[in-house]
Amino acid sequence: MTILTVIEAVRDAMREEMVRDNNVLIMGEDIGSRGGVFLATDGFQKEFGEERIIDTPLAESSIVGIALGAAMSGMRPIAEIEFADFIWPTINQVVGEAARVRYGTNGKLHAPMVLRAPQGGGVRGGLYHSQSVEAIFAHTPGLKVVAPATPFDAKGLLKSAIRDDDPVIFLEHKRTYRLVRGEVPDQEFTIPIGKGDVKRQGSDITVVTYGLMVHHCIEAATDLASDGISVEIIDLRSLRPIDFDLILASVKKTGKILIVHEDNKILGVGAEIAALVSEKAFEYLDGPVMRLAGPEVPAMPFSPPLEEMYMVNSDKILSSIKQLMTY
Amino acid sequence: MARKSKPSNGLLTDADLKSMYEEMVLCRKLDERLWMLNRQGKAAIVASSQGHEAGQIGSVHALNKGYDTFYIYYRDLAVMLSLGMTPTEIIRGFLAKEGEPLSGARQFPTHGAYPEYNIVNLSNVVATHLPQAVGAALAAKMKGEQNVTIVYFGDGASSAGDCHEAMNFASIHQLPIIFFCENNNYAISVPMEKQMAIDSVSSRAEGYGIPGVEIDGCDIISVHRATFEAAQRARSGKGPSLIEARVERYLPHTSDDDDSLYRTEKELEKARERDPLKILRALLFSSGILDETVDGHIQRNAREAVDNATEIGEQAPFPSSDTFYEHIYAN
Repeated sequence: MTILTVIEAVRDAMREEMVRDNNVLIMGEDIGSRGGVFLATDGFQKEFGEERIIDTPLAESSIVGIALGAAMSGMRPIAEIEFADFIWPTINQVVGEAARVRYGTNGKLHAPMVLRAPQGGGVRGGLYHSQSVEAIFAHTPGLKVVAPATPFDAKGLLKSAIRDDDPVIFLEHKRTYRLVRGEVPDQEFTIPIGKGDVKRQGSDITVVTYGLMVHHCIEAATDLASDGISVEIIDLRSLRPIDFDLILASVKKTGKILIVHEDNKILGVGAEIAALVSEKAFEYLDGPVMRLAGPEVPAMPFSPPLEEMYMVNSDKILSSIKQLMTY
Repeated sequence: MARKSKPSNGLLTDADLKSMYEEMVLCRKLDERLWMLNRQGKAAIVASSQGHEAGQIGSVHALNKGYDTFYIYYRDLAVMLSLGMTPTEIIRGFLAKEGEPLSGARQFPTHGAYPEYNIVNLSNVVATHLPQAVGAALAAKMKGEQNVTIVYFGDGASSAGDCHEAMNFASIHQLPIIFFCENNNYAISVPMEKQMAIDSVSSRAEGYGIPGVEIDGCDIISVHRATFEAAQRARSGKGPSLIEARVERYLPHTSDDDDSLYRTEKELEKARERDPLKILRALLFSSGILDETVDGHIQRNAREAVDNATEIGEQAPFPSSDTFYEHIYAN
């Protein structure tokens, strides 16, 4: 075991896969001699050469479009979008194209590619460096969507994503990059896409979350333990497919569910989970399905107090849990 | 997997010209039939290639069938036939019938992929395929293959951002790709002077540091020569080229369009004077490659092939609903 940060785990996963498979290449903005704005590809160009570590023009649609074409021709490209906020010019190539390759060619072609993007707020990123973009991709059949919270999960899931034969959107929370450390096995391992993980066992209430919010939920749960409230925390890790079985098993045990995400609430990932629980576990519930999520403003403001207002944090989670525990 | 042809040496023999003519006759007859099937209510949508055939067939013959990669768009019927797809396969697509090879009749006709011929026509959104084609060329270069990618698109697509991004990247990395613009002067209903403030799409090549040529896309020999030169450049590591083939579109944008709303009969008459089929036929007659007897034989063969394909297509069943959930993910 080695203690790594999330960004180190991301880097290790990519390096190992680059070594393992010559068809893996990485393309994105400033990923070459700069090593990426978050240093995810630090030293890669020296190690693997300019052919496999491609500095692209600042033109996101073609980063994904070219990666897609290369993927359909047998390569395994990783396309990095420097900040998830810059992902919108790629929507046509991702949602309109990559997601449909297999279906639209009746299985004749497929697109083994990964689209990595750092997302999320709490980093003074303002409107254009803080967004959470998962909902639109999680809504799209043909894509897989992953949002890890820990170094262990980031490494194991990114390796699975690179080896996957379908397009995977891999959303790393940039606040976790250097903030979150954890043990990562030294030997080879992968984590299957589509499987959630119980990050904390509990019996009174189920909290379903992912990304940075996993850590805030753990903080809140730790505090609440001294009040005698036992919180079970499910880290979804994958947002498409979602591990519905894991959620249902936990809710059937606790009878209460709070869904927490940083992305805004309306039509977000939490809405789908709420609907699922209402449909499949209604008779097990002894309280309302609750959501705690980002506010309905167009994006995260820059100024610290306004940014703080936007962000879900452990205090807000704690009071939501207490509120749900009154049932 | 690929059915390879003899690599083109850049020279056209009498036999080559005759086989190009046969393909063009077949394509025209098939295209006319498709339009008729639409008017009979049997084919939901048709985008006609009539007037584009010389650009399409001339370019295919300059490349290596079964080896080079063809990213096409919705008006490229002659590319598909020239590469080896059969009228039966095509008609199955237009009637959305079982056995349609490109997409299992999920997509609009002519869309999907045919790996045996290296045909990709995934998208119905113009210009979206240009960066994808560049990705195919990137893959070929990385694998050290001599494969050239040709990407066909219309003048309308040349205005899209993806076109710019694709050409810019391809030039930076000197990728083996040919950008082949079939300029028929109309982006659906909008004429060229309202699409761009320049006289030719090919002049944009200068902005990417690549060669750009404007050619008569109704003259199959000019098309063949320009494409062969571009392919040689690509294969020798000299990077991309832009070819603008000036073609004509004899029918509305699609079977759902009414072009009388935006162009005159007089303009169409003038366009028909440079019908690529008539031009090639006249050339073959004047050079003694073709006479009335041989031409009659070619016409009859084409008609029979189209009749036969129509019958098979009409009798074929629709795809089974069992296929509905297939091929969403690998597993």
